[in-house]
Amino acid sequence: MGDIKFNNLNEGHLDALSEVGNIGAGNANTALSQMLNKRIDMDVPSVKIADFDEVSGVLGGAENLIVGILVNVKGDINGMMIVAIEKSSAHKLVNMLMGQELNELDGYTQMDLSALCEIGNILASSYLSSLSAMTGLAMEPSIPHLAIDMAGAILSVPAIELGKVDDRVLLIKNEFLEGGESVMGNYILLPDPPSFNKILTSLGAAE
Amino acid sequence: MKDGKVIKVGMADLNVAENPDKLMTLGLGSCIGIVLYDSAVKVGGLAHIMLPDSTQIKNNSNLAKFADTAIDVLIKKMVEVGARQTRLVAKLAGGAQMFDFKQTSDEMRIGYRNEMAAREILKELGIPIVADDTGSNYGRTIELDTSTGILTVKTINHGLKEI
Repeated sequence: MGDIKFNNLNEGHLDALSEVGNIGAGNANTALSQMLNKRIDMDVPSVKIADFDEVSGVLGGAENLIVGILVNVKGDINGMMIVAIEKSSAHKLVNMLMGQELNELDGYTQMDLSALCEIGNILASSYLSSLSAMTGLAMEPSIPHLAIDMAGAILSVPAIELGKVDDRVLLIKNEFLEGGESVMGNYILLPDPPSFNKILTSLGAAE
Repeated sequence: MKDGKVIKVGMADLNVAENPDKLMTLGLGSCIGIVLYDSAVKVGGLAHIMLPDSTQIKNNSNLAKFADTAIDVLIKKMVEVGARQTRLVAKLAGGAQMFDFKQTSDEMRIGYRNEMAAREILKELGIPIVADDTGSNYGRTIELDTSTGILTVKTINHGLKEI
């Protein structure tokens, strides 16, 4: 255990990690669905071993404007998690939750920002708690942090953190979609190399 | 006058360009865009670095990832195409703190540490920093026009400027 490197991650490992994404995203979607009282659809997860340049492009391009809520993950599993919501979708999400009719050109109030941050927090916590239950591994989310900016700039934060140990990054990404209002976003989990090893071992998929 | 092509520089990457080409890097967050320029021969260089110091990191083979090693490589590449180190000037952009981490230990203020490292190294090399747009909490896209040496800095909510 503990020595699966990027170079020897095989299809079986990637399948297992994509299942991790499905479980986490499924649980987060249930929470979102309950908050909005609407059905949330889930796309096929993608597990990527990305170099730094690819990382900045995974959310619709480096300059794509997104709302990103980031939590640091500590415990048996270390890394970061980002809930990313398209800027236009974030507006619809706030409107649905706060019962308002603001259009995209309106700025956010402090209350709107707090609401968005809390949504991200709930989704990230739901994702991580189901993962923790499945693997028996502890993963504690930090308080949530919010930024509204270019996707590349936001993704530079986990890229740098994980860049301290390697030249590539493993990311597990699930897209979520609320059909009626077309609210679109992504969950991205970025575990460090020892952590994805632990996840694989706990699932009996480390061979 | 012919328009130059735009050469994109990714994260942990660097490149050089000659008049009339442009060098661009998208969505700088806590990373720093280090721009070097020799106006006599209109040669420019751009490094998109992620971390301040290669000597603090075990896995440091990617020279473009660190401020110390990237600046060295960038100068060598520029000299190969006719630039002279004594004529170089520098411009810096990026180094933002994208998230308001409450526990602002130095460890988390990586944007600031990147900026300080770049400044220190350029000072040691005697390369003056003639313009900068660094810090704060927002992302930047930058483009160097090697025909003029002007660096354009684009942001989402903080306008566009030429430095």
